[in-house]
Amino acid sequence: MTGEAVLELRQVTKQYVMGDVTLNALKNVNLVLYRNEYAAFIGPSGSGKTTLMNIVGCLDKPTSGEYILNGTPVAEQDDNALARIRNREIGFVFQNFNLLGRANALHNVMQPLIYRGIPLGERKRMATEALQNVGLGDRLHHLPNQLSGGQRQRVAIARALVGKPSILLADEPTGNLDSSTSRDVMTMFDTLHRAGHTIIIVTHDQNIANHCRRVIRMMDGQILSDTATAGKEENLEVLRRV
Amino acid sequence: MYNLVESLRSALQAIRAHALRSFLTTLGVIIAVTAVIAVVSLIQGFRHSVTTTFANMGTNSLTIQSDETQEDYLTGKVVKVTPDDMRAIQHDVSGISNITPVLTLADFGSGAIQYGDQIAYAGIYGTTSSHAENTSFYPVRGRYITPSDDLDHRRVAVIGQTLLTDLNLPKNPLGQYIEMYGQWFKIIGVLKKLGSIGGQDQDDRIYIPYGTAHSLLGAATVPDVAINLTINNLQNLDSVVGRITEVLRRQHHLKPGQHNDFLVQTPEQTLGTFNKVLNSITLILGGIVGISLLVGGIGIMNIMLVSVTERTREIGICKSLGARRRDILLQFLIEAVILSLIGGIIGLLLGYGIGVLVAHLVPQFLGAHVPWWAVVLAFGFAAGVGVLFGIAPAAKAASLSPIDALRYE
Repeated sequence: MTGEAVLELRQVTKQYVMGDVTLNALKNVNLVLYRNEYAAFIGPSGSGKTTLMNIVGCLDKPTSGEYILNGTPVAEQDDNALARIRNREIGFVFQNFNLLGRANALHNVMQPLIYRGIPLGERKRMATEALQNVGLGDRLHHLPNQLSGGQRQRVAIARALVGKPSILLADEPTGNLDSSTSRDVMTMFDTLHRAGHTIIIVTHDQNIANHCRRVIRMMDGQILSDTATAGKEENLEVLRRV
Repeated sequence: MYNLVESLRSALQAIRAHALRSFLTTLGVIIAVTAVIAVVSLIQGFRHSVTTTFANMGTNSLTIQSDETQEDYLTGKVVKVTPDDMRAIQHDVSGISNITPVLTLADFGSGAIQYGDQIAYAGIYGTTSSHAENTSFYPVRGRYITPSDDLDHRRVAVIGQTLLTDLNLPKNPLGQYIEMYGQWFKIIGVLKKLGSIGGQDQDDRIYIPYGTAHSLLGAATVPDVAINLTINNLQNLDSVVGRITEVLRRQHHLKPGQHNDFLVQTPEQTLGTFNKVLNSITLILGGIVGISLLVGGIGIMNIMLVSVTERTREIGICKSLGARRRDILLQFLIEAVILSLIGGIIGLLLGYGIGVLVAHLVPQFLGAHVPWWAVVLAFGFAAGVGVLFGIAPAAKAASLSPIDALRYE
């Protein structure tokens, strides 16, 4: 592992209080991720991988511990600062795509640029380019419900990438897709990784995790194992057989 | 500023996406603003028409009447303005002309008049030739009462135009005889048409010579009259009114500190009284309408709250993409304000339309008139309602946690 650290978690704990019960979703997690890493958070449901992703994605704050993103501690930031970080540093890809149903592909991709205050013309140009990069240059004006699952996920990826974020965070990106579309999407992540993006994929699917270069296995709010994998083409072969 | 434009764009998009619901949401505001504008336009049109009528009546004429208070009535004090008072004014007050008594035999269409087998009711007044000069109620046909009519107590009458139809009189009624108080009166003139003030017909009246009217009451009685006169120079209005008041207080033996038992009124004052009444009517109706606007606002708040719940996921998505609290707040607030303003615009047009329609249906109104302040008020109120009732849903939307919002099904 070389290069500069994109994010660093130090003794991060997240507790949820539900009535009388205190639930430790994360317990003293330490983690460093470097630029251009291709990592997977894997674990069964309840293992804390989604909580970890929420904290990494600045959607949530840790109960205790430090989170340093691009050299900036973010744990103590206020809501507006977190929104700004989400806008500039993080690109989300969700299992259920989370596209705005009323807006067409172009407007969906333009949405995060609005919060950055980029003028309309420039926004359109950037969004069009992002959509062309994911192969949807001819689907700019389609509404999400006029697109297939794979196309929707590609719109979501274009939206995540349009702002040139530090980290691409994908939460079960293939969960709602059939195997051949999953393969396409994973190939796209591969390509993005090769292009220099830092990618984190949250999944419960070993085949998807194997596909990454680093697998962080979660269990009961703690990191069970953290292994570098080959992440070679043979993993794609495994996926093909699913 | 830039955020505002974007919020506006996205609010319009959201409104367009739910066109029917948006329309139903604004219905409350539409109805309220329609009511405001319709009511105001009619009242203002009415006021306009009345003001015009008053302007025709000559503003330099003055009327003096007895003013009996409740106290006077209870203590049995007789309050009258008498022909003696008139003579005193005529003698002691300078700068006036055309002074004349008006003796009311029957007020506001309460006196019975018969022609053939037709019976009609009208106000019956005894006066002199000067009255026509003061009020410019000239006859369009025939002649007015002359001084000799008065001196000889002639039984002649000048009639208002309403009576032409009410009594079924021939086209040229001059020389016809009508019966009032068991006496026959010869019609000598027909007055010019005045129209109506405040829905009160001004043409159902009859003027007879003052002397004749007095003798009908019984010549021994001291009548309570109204005194009508012209002020030669309107700039002296205050001093003339002051002088008249002095003379009458002396005539009536009023001690210092005792209130006047008479009223000196100019048409302007009458108009002022009328305007006061209209203003209170406007206020009361405005209040009622204001309540309906409030109800409309609650309707908007209700739908906006539903809309926030329904769009929780969308809010979560926007937050994950970097929307700040105020981006979300602004979007929902602007949406509420736009809904209100759309309601305001539709209501404005509708209200004006109704005003014009009613003005056409009711001939006594000259027309509907929407003053600029009513437009500003209606718009301001609609926008205010939007902000007021949009705040709660918008704050709710803005304060959603992104994780919960994204997880919302």
